[in-house]
Parts: sequence; C-alpha cells; structure tokens
Amino acid sequence: MTDAPRRTALDALHRTLGATMTDFAGWDMPLRYGSERDEHVAVRTRAGLFDLSHMGEITLTGPQAGQALDFALVGNLSALAVGRARYTMICEAGGGILDDLIVYRLAEQEYMVVANASNAQVVLDALTERAAGFETEVRDDRENYALLAVQGPEAPGILKSLTDADLDGLKYYAGLPGTVAGVPALIARTGYTGEDGFELFVAPGDAERLWRALTDAGTGAGLVPCGLSCRDTLRLEAGMPLYGHELTTATTPFDAGLGRVVKFDKTTNDGDFVGREALAAAAERAATAPPRKLVGLIAEGRRVPRAGFSVVADGAVVGEVTSGAPSPTLGKPIAIAYVDAAHAAPGTKGVSVDIRGSHEPYEVVALPFYKRER
Amino acid sequence: MSNPQQLRYSKEHEWLSAAEDGVATVGITEFAASSLGDVVFAQLPAVGDTVTAGESCGELESTKSVSDLFAPVTGEVTEANQDVVDDPSLVNSAPFEGGWLFKVKITDEPDELMSADEYTAFTAG
Repeated sequence: MTDAPRRTALDALHRTLGATMTDFAGWDMPLRYGSERDEHVAVRTRAGLFDLSHMGEITLTGPQAGQALDFALVGNLSALAVGRARYTMICEAGGGILDDLIVYRLAEQEYMVVANASNAQVVLDALTERAAGFETEVRDDRENYALLAVQGPEAPGILKSLTDADLDGLKYYAGLPGTVAGVPALIARTGYTGEDGFELFVAPGDAERLWRALTDAGTGAGLVPCGLSCRDTLRLEAGMPLYGHELTTATTPFDAGLGRVVKFDKTTNDGDFVGREALAAAAERAATAPPRKLVGLIAEGRRVPRAGFSVVADGAVVGEVTSGAPSPTLGKPIAIAYVDAAHAAPGTKGVSVDIRGSHEPYEVVALPFYKRER
Repeated sequence: MSNPQQLRYSKEHEWLSAAEDGVATVGITEFAASSLGDVVFAQLPAVGDTVTAGESCGELESTKSVSDLFAPVTGEVTEANQDVVDDPSLVNSAPFEGGWLFKVKITDEPDELMSADEYTAFTAG
C-alpha cells in the first residue's frame, strides 16, 4: 500500500490526548494512550472508550437483501429478526475464510455488514459480485460512519446517562437506532472485548461531539480512552479470533472451531450458498479426522509467545501460535495456537513453545481464557 | 520527556551513568520505554557475564514485541537489577532511576556515546 494512512474523524482528538498512533490496515489508529495494561484493566473492571472507525460498513437494501446475504455468506441472514445482529463469515467457493463479519438487520429490507478494515474492499467486491442476481443494492458506507465503542461493566450506566433508548431491552447482539448525547446513532450491544458494552455507529461529523460526551459522562466511573493494543489482549483473553491470525483463506470456519456459524439448513436459494460443497466436506473432516485444532496455551514461564512461533512436543513441531501476548488478567503469557489433534486436548502434557530457540513449557487449555461473570 | 544531563546515551537508546571506580549503571531511556509500551519481562545479563558494546546482552518483552537489550560499553557485569526482574514495569515508571538494568565494570567504551542534548536531538529526528 503506497497511499498515506487514512485518518478517522477523531484523529486530531487522539493526538491531543497524546495517543501513540500505529498504521493498522491502512489507517492511522491509536495504539495506546498511556499504559496498555491500565487500559485493559479499565475495560475489565470499569469502562473503556475506543475509536473503531476503521471498520468497514457495507449496506444492503432491497426486497432480496436477506436472500442475497444467505447466498453470499455462510449464515442464515434472512431469518435474522429486525433489530438483531449475527456473527458470521464470508468464505471462498473453496471454503477458505475471506473475513469474519457482524451483520445487523436494520429494517425488513436493510442490512449492515461490518467487515474488518483489512478486508473491507475484498468483502465489498465479493458482496457486489455475489448479489448481482438479486433485487438488492450493495452500498459502500465506509465513509458514512464513524464507530465508537464503550466497553466494560460500567458501559451501560454511562450510556444510560446520555440516551433515552431502551438499553435494558437491548440484548447482546442487538442494535437499535437512537440518539446519544443529541447525536443520531445506531446503538449496538456488541463488542470484541469479552465484556458487556456498546458500539455506536454515527456520522463522522458527530464523532467528536459523541466522544467528548461519553468522556464527560464516563470519567467519574473510571472510563478511559483505549487503543488497539488493549483491544487485542482483551479479545485474546476472550478467545475471539482475529482475521489474519486465527482466520485466513487457508482455514475454514470448521478448522477454527467455529463451524456453528455455517448454516446448511437455509430455506432460500434452494439451500445453496457460496462455499457450500467445500464447507460440507470441511465439516465432515473436522468431525472425523481433524488435522489441527485451535487451542489456548498458558505459559508456565514469563517469556511471551508471538504469532508464527512453533508449538513443539517430543522434539517435533506439532503446531503454530497464531496470537500471543502477556495476559493482564491471568498475569502470564497466553497464546492461541493451531495444534495437532493428538496434542490438542486440554491438560495435554509436554507441550512447549519454541521462543527464539528455547522450548518454554505451556499448558494446553480450552478457550476462552477469560469469561465475564453475568 | 527530558534526558538527564549527567548520563550518556547510545543509538540503541541505552543510557550509561558516569563511572565510579570504573563501574557504570546501564538502563534504557524514557524514549525507548515509551516506544516499547508496558515491559512485562526482562532478561538481564548475569553477574560475571562479559558484555560487548553494541551487542545484544538481554531482552525486554513488551505487550507487542520483544526487543534486544544492547550493551552500550564493553565490560563485566557486576550487578543486575533484581527489582526489574521481579517487576518489569519499573522500566516504564522510572527508566532513569529504579528501572536501571545492570552495572558494568567498563573495559572499553565506544566513541559514539552521545550527550543528553545530542541524544535529545537524535530522538527528535
């Protein structure tokens, strides 16, 4: 990519706050404002405020929007109720994952697809192509939204002080249009942190006003601005996959342990969708003879595993780390890794990670590492 | 951030105190600590190790990455800061003080160590 990084509507504000910025998927984004561990702990115990405006919004409208998404994605989106959201994926015909997505049904004939920044163009192109035969319009809405997230146990209280919307009635993975601090917003109860929280889709021109209102309303409750660094450790502890790490075009949803997102019992398009045949074979393989499984690893020592490091047992490579970081909640390094099925059961002994030539012992555990109390 | 005047600095962002009886204290600068983010693990050279100017003598792990620790001078390690091993966040909270890393009896030092003003200009550029 030769273009200069894109800047969100909150760019000037981040710089005023002293953020360390980083290039992420072609965007100049806040990595952290101060200590990323303090930001992580704030989200686990109080609240954090994120700028996620790099995420890619794509809108589908028209009488066959749902049917088109049933064909284009692995999920059953025509069955999604208005006001609800679904975690789903878009796959290649060969079953490889192009991206993981959240789809919101905003109205009977309107859906918003939220793609990862790094894949937004790929997803837009694929949706446009796959929807061509349907009565629907695919619209690139990336420039039309800024996205702010308020995450953490204090998030509902903070947001309640700024909106009349029925937050108590807003379930996890639901979204409704409303007004927050005088700003029109799509209020969604979603996130990528393992905590309760909200994502607020607003016009870019309203983003700064909303950020300031949330800061004013939340500071007393311990809300702090949070960067992408803690977002990564939060999602890692929560066992949530990240595209480019756990999910790639070389993996199917079944390889990643997320086969539940693939719906073979769709009622539209005679049950057909892109990738169906390959995914059925992948489902069979995962059920009978899985080559590798996605597992959690917890360090016994203090050296940190990173993506790409080898998992070893009995002197042989048995897997590869896809994400790793020091876990602020566990106080130990943790990792997500693809590991040969023979070594993937929780409690398997003798598994190590090759950290720059030294085999550091690791405990195999089931994901997630962290689950909030409800 | 200001770099203490009485220290000298390497291009790898280590600082070196004035030697007393030939022994100087080594740490990383506030600029380096800030760039790394939260340090979570420090592997320091052991007492008795010989370190060589410009060569790796340990490592610092932060949330996002691992970085080599370079020796600013050549000599023998006389002390490693156990407080930092036990609590690596000292490197972030007090890089020029309690977050020092090791002490070294200098046998040779390179010519290119910078003054505080030179280092400040170096990191601004």
